[in-house]
Amino acid sequence: MTNDELLRLDNIGVRLGGREILRDVSLTIRPGEFTGLIGPNGAGKTTLLRIMLGLQDVTRGSVLIDGAPRTPRDASIGYVPQKLGIEPDTPLRVRDVVSLGVDGHKLGIRLPSRARRERVDDMLTAVGARRFADARIGELSGGEQQRVMIAHALIGRPRLLLLDEPLANLDISSEQGIVSVLARLAKAEGIAVLLSAHDMNPLMPVMDRIVYVAAGRVATGTTEEVVQPEVLSRLYGQHVDVIRVHGRVLVVAAPEGTDVSEVATADVGVVG
Amino acid sequence: MTGLRYVIEPGFFTSGPVHIALAVGTVIAVTSAVVGVFTVTRGQSFAGHSLADIATTGGSGAFLIGVNQFWGYLAFGAGAAAFMEMIGIQRRRGRDVATGVVLGAALGLAALFLYLGTQYSTTTGASFTILFGSMFVLTPSTVPVLITSALIALATVLVLARVLLLTSLSPDLAAARGVPVRAVGMAYLMALAVSVSLSAVIIGAVLSTALLIGPAATALRLAKGPVQAAAVAAAIGVAATWLGILLAYDSYYWPPAGRGWPVSFFVVTLITGGYLISYLRPGGRPAPVPAEPEHACSVALC
Repeated sequence: MTNDELLRLDNIGVRLGGREILRDVSLTIRPGEFTGLIGPNGAGKTTLLRIMLGLQDVTRGSVLIDGAPRTPRDASIGYVPQKLGIEPDTPLRVRDVVSLGVDGHKLGIRLPSRARRERVDDMLTAVGARRFADARIGELSGGEQQRVMIAHALIGRPRLLLLDEPLANLDISSEQGIVSVLARLAKAEGIAVLLSAHDMNPLMPVMDRIVYVAAGRVATGTTEEVVQPEVLSRLYGQHVDVIRVHGRVLVVAAPEGTDVSEVATADVGVVG
Repeated sequence: MTGLRYVIEPGFFTSGPVHIALAVGTVIAVTSAVVGVFTVTRGQSFAGHSLADIATTGGSGAFLIGVNQFWGYLAFGAGAAAFMEMIGIQRRRGRDVATGVVLGAALGLAALFLYLGTQYSTTTGASFTILFGSMFVLTPSTVPVLITSALIALATVLVLARVLLLTSLSPDLAAARGVPVRAVGMAYLMALAVSVSLSAVIIGAVLSTALLIGPAATALRLAKGPVQAAAVAAAIGVAATWLGILLAYDSYYWPPAGRGWPVSFFVVTLITGGYLISYLRPGGRPAPVPAEPEHACSVALC
């Protein structure tokens, strides 16, 4: 099914400063799929995203886009960083930011054009950010900035959109707003969305697949397949329980006092 | 028109040094202001000031060996820019170390060069010129060099404008889009070094960041978009320079009569005044408030 693959990581391994960050990571992303990249802080989610973006070299394995090795400056991938490095007085209005999504990587001066302005306005409408089009990006709340950055990424017409912890530090209603905008765009435009998060619950209604990262390894599949105590215990290398309450999922470590090393060894022995 | 006689002293429009000062001052003010918008946006005001301190050493060294001070400013400014890129002045630790060690040493050297220079030279006021500039004693032969350098720095920043803005939004994002972030940062620092060296010539090495940061900081309080910010900054820089030149010319008739007040004093004071006034502006931007939680988004979206 190579034709159906947008992005493929094949047996990726990464070592940074002698420390193994990721090992034996394989995953594929298909067009129009909504994938959650889930895992605790420090598990390697950001490193994985950086590999897909071409910002991090791999020690082993290969990164394929449409079946061919990734080239620098691949326009088929759009990116929404977790945090913007800007101050409130940064002279960029929301529409300037979205416009930079078209040609921000180019040299020289660009003259204003009506066609571009309309394209920017349409994009802002699509993500629900039209009403603050003339506000400065630095004066918006976190959720508003996320919408603008999604518009910035999408205006370049990517086929895969990568988002680094877009729900971190958002209140619940902004969180739901962002998730529904993304789900709608993924379905309507056939864009694959991969979103990293430490909490999978806000994504449960929209996630087609989950890539669960822990201790530098991944487990992939549907949530039903992956979010199981055996699978996650093997991944974490220690015993974890999966608790389901009203459609929500909690992954919790074994209580203190459990002989963790023994359980972990046993699990790895059985499952791996 | 007689009233104007008291504002513009006789001979202002016919004076050769005034013509040169106005021409060079305008080009340098525009360059500094536009470069400055990016300096403030990129959070590199500190780098700008460090370059100015180190340029002081270069200027005083050039004076000591009898070379035009602009070349001294430029050589040391550009060298310092390369060094900053190497030690990573963007990082807080890098800044602390640079402030404590490098800049102190640079100004110490400047003190020595100026002392030696004044011992071996009969030029009076050289130390003053290096530290605080003088627009009225520009050598006509250096004017083309100054204007060309200014235009090169301005062109560099304009060509890099979009890439610089994308990078300040997020360096990772820019890198993912194929922008060579470090090379762009280096090219920008070089344009900054040239710009600082130029304003060192007209308002002095010690004050040169005033022309860089002041108009830009004021413009960022008044204008929202990048083009508007650059235009407002340039207008403020040019206005302060012109008015500074006029007042300095007039001040020949102020006490102590016969010796004009320094142009740099007027330029810097006007720029600072403008910045303070931007705070008083009734419709002015309020101080940034911490991001409040987003209000429930419109029904259409959720």
